[in-house]
Amino acid sequence: MTLQQELVPNAPAKLAVEEVSKTFRTGKRVVHALERVSLQVSEGEFVCLVGPSGCGKSTLLNIIAGLEQPDGGRILSDGVPVSEPGRDRMVMFQEHALFPWLDVMGNLMFSLRLKPNLKDSERREVAMYYLHLVGLERFQHANIHELSGGMKQRIALARALAPNPKILLMDEPFASLDALTREQLYGDIQRIWQERKKTIVFVTHNVREAACLGDRVVLFSPNPGRVQEEFGIDLPRLRDINSPELAVYSTKIMRALKGHLSTQEELAE
Amino acid sequence: MKRFLTAALFFLGLLLIWQVLYSLKLWSPVLVPSPLDVARYLRDAVLDGTLGSSCAVTMKRLLIGYLIGLCAGIPIGLATARVRALRDTVGVLALGLQGLPSVCWVPLALLWFGQNESAMLFVVIMGTLWSVILATETGVRNVNPIYVRAAATMGSKRLHTLTRVILPASLPFIVSGMKQGWAFAWRSLMAAEIYVTILTGFGLGHLLHYGRELNAMEQVIGVMLVIVSIGVAADKILFSPWENFLHRRWGTSG
Repeated sequence: MTLQQELVPNAPAKLAVEEVSKTFRTGKRVVHALERVSLQVSEGEFVCLVGPSGCGKSTLLNIIAGLEQPDGGRILSDGVPVSEPGRDRMVMFQEHALFPWLDVMGNLMFSLRLKPNLKDSERREVAMYYLHLVGLERFQHANIHELSGGMKQRIALARALAPNPKILLMDEPFASLDALTREQLYGDIQRIWQERKKTIVFVTHNVREAACLGDRVVLFSPNPGRVQEEFGIDLPRLRDINSPELAVYSTKIMRALKGHLSTQEELAE
Repeated sequence: MKRFLTAALFFLGLLLIWQVLYSLKLWSPVLVPSPLDVARYLRDAVLDGTLGSSCAVTMKRLLIGYLIGLCAGIPIGLATARVRALRDTVGVLALGLQGLPSVCWVPLALLWFGQNESAMLFVVIMGTLWSVILATETGVRNVNPIYVRAAATMGSKRLHTLTRVILPASLPFIVSGMKQGWAFAWRSLMAAEIYVTILTGFGLGHLLHYGRELNAMEQVIGVMLVIVSIGVAADKILFSPWENFLHRRWGTSG
């Protein structure tokens, strides 16, 4: 594979979640994290999964990534069943998960070195391309602890993009950042998504964030984890998290979320 | 440069105090020789080759034993961290034996191997091994699981994950275990060399011991100074590069 081919975005993948179930046992308690969840994500779609904690949205993301195995059902990436982690599906975690024993370039090279058929000089060029994409090429030799929280997540994004995955899985990647940094990253991620044409599954508990980023927002309900409702977000890009049009959508989703929570409380009583 | 000057001044000051105490004749010159006497002894010992050969004998024992201890300890530590059955057996054994002052291995080593190099190597290895095993085990068990998960998504598997993720991630612990192992090995080797004549080679401890036998205080102090210098040099040459690396990458204070 040549460098030029490497830098052309891979065609985004179609993702199918078919009747996926997962239960956890802690002592005598059994938690139904996911119960027969099905979901279709089309090529290049940006889907946000929202819901209260314990609704299984992160578990589903891990199963799609191949980091956990479902008890039932299956995941298809472009029609191929997923059984283990793969470079076609890269993950960005809430904690940046960058390796402290490597510098910024070393972190990007870690994933690229695992890709065969490239020369090291080409890998370096690919790494620089993605550092440029997230605006941090000046920091290629920086150590991880020297970066701010937002910069760390940008580097984590570059590292996840570097192997040219078809699907990007994001697990509350902005949750630990301050509001201002987060807003910048909302812009960045939308721009990069349009440029690099990825299929993105984005997990968050922040409804407004979900409405800002997603083509579609999938609302999960807990105990057992299920898809409660889906919302198409029909707004032009790039979207501003503070726009009133967006507030209309987020209010609607929030109402659905709260409505579900209150019925849960009634059931509990 | 300023740091070097401060240190140089400090040690010159110590020498000066020593010289003044000597000149005041508070103690017999047999018990407190002058710095010059010690320097003269060191010069002679260097010139006639005794110091060089004992340093070589001691450093050979120490370095070979230490390397064997490291090469065995790190893999065993990785294994005890990953396999519960090993942790409950070898891990517990290591914990117990690490608590044993390593000089306590000397009598056993002498009876098993005799007054020779094997006994000395054995003592050094016992001093190194258990600390390195325990530190590696602790390090591996403290690796943030998110690193392993992230590496897995990038296509890293078993051996690659072990050598490229788990091992470097546990480096802060491993380095401190290496330092502890070195300290234990160094102390127990010195004790053994002072304690018994090792027939296969006369080390620094031996030289120190003979200083006492001959009532030659300038030899005792001279050899002690050499031992101290070796300790400092080992720290700067063997461990400083690692610690600087850890400090730079992890940003820990050090």
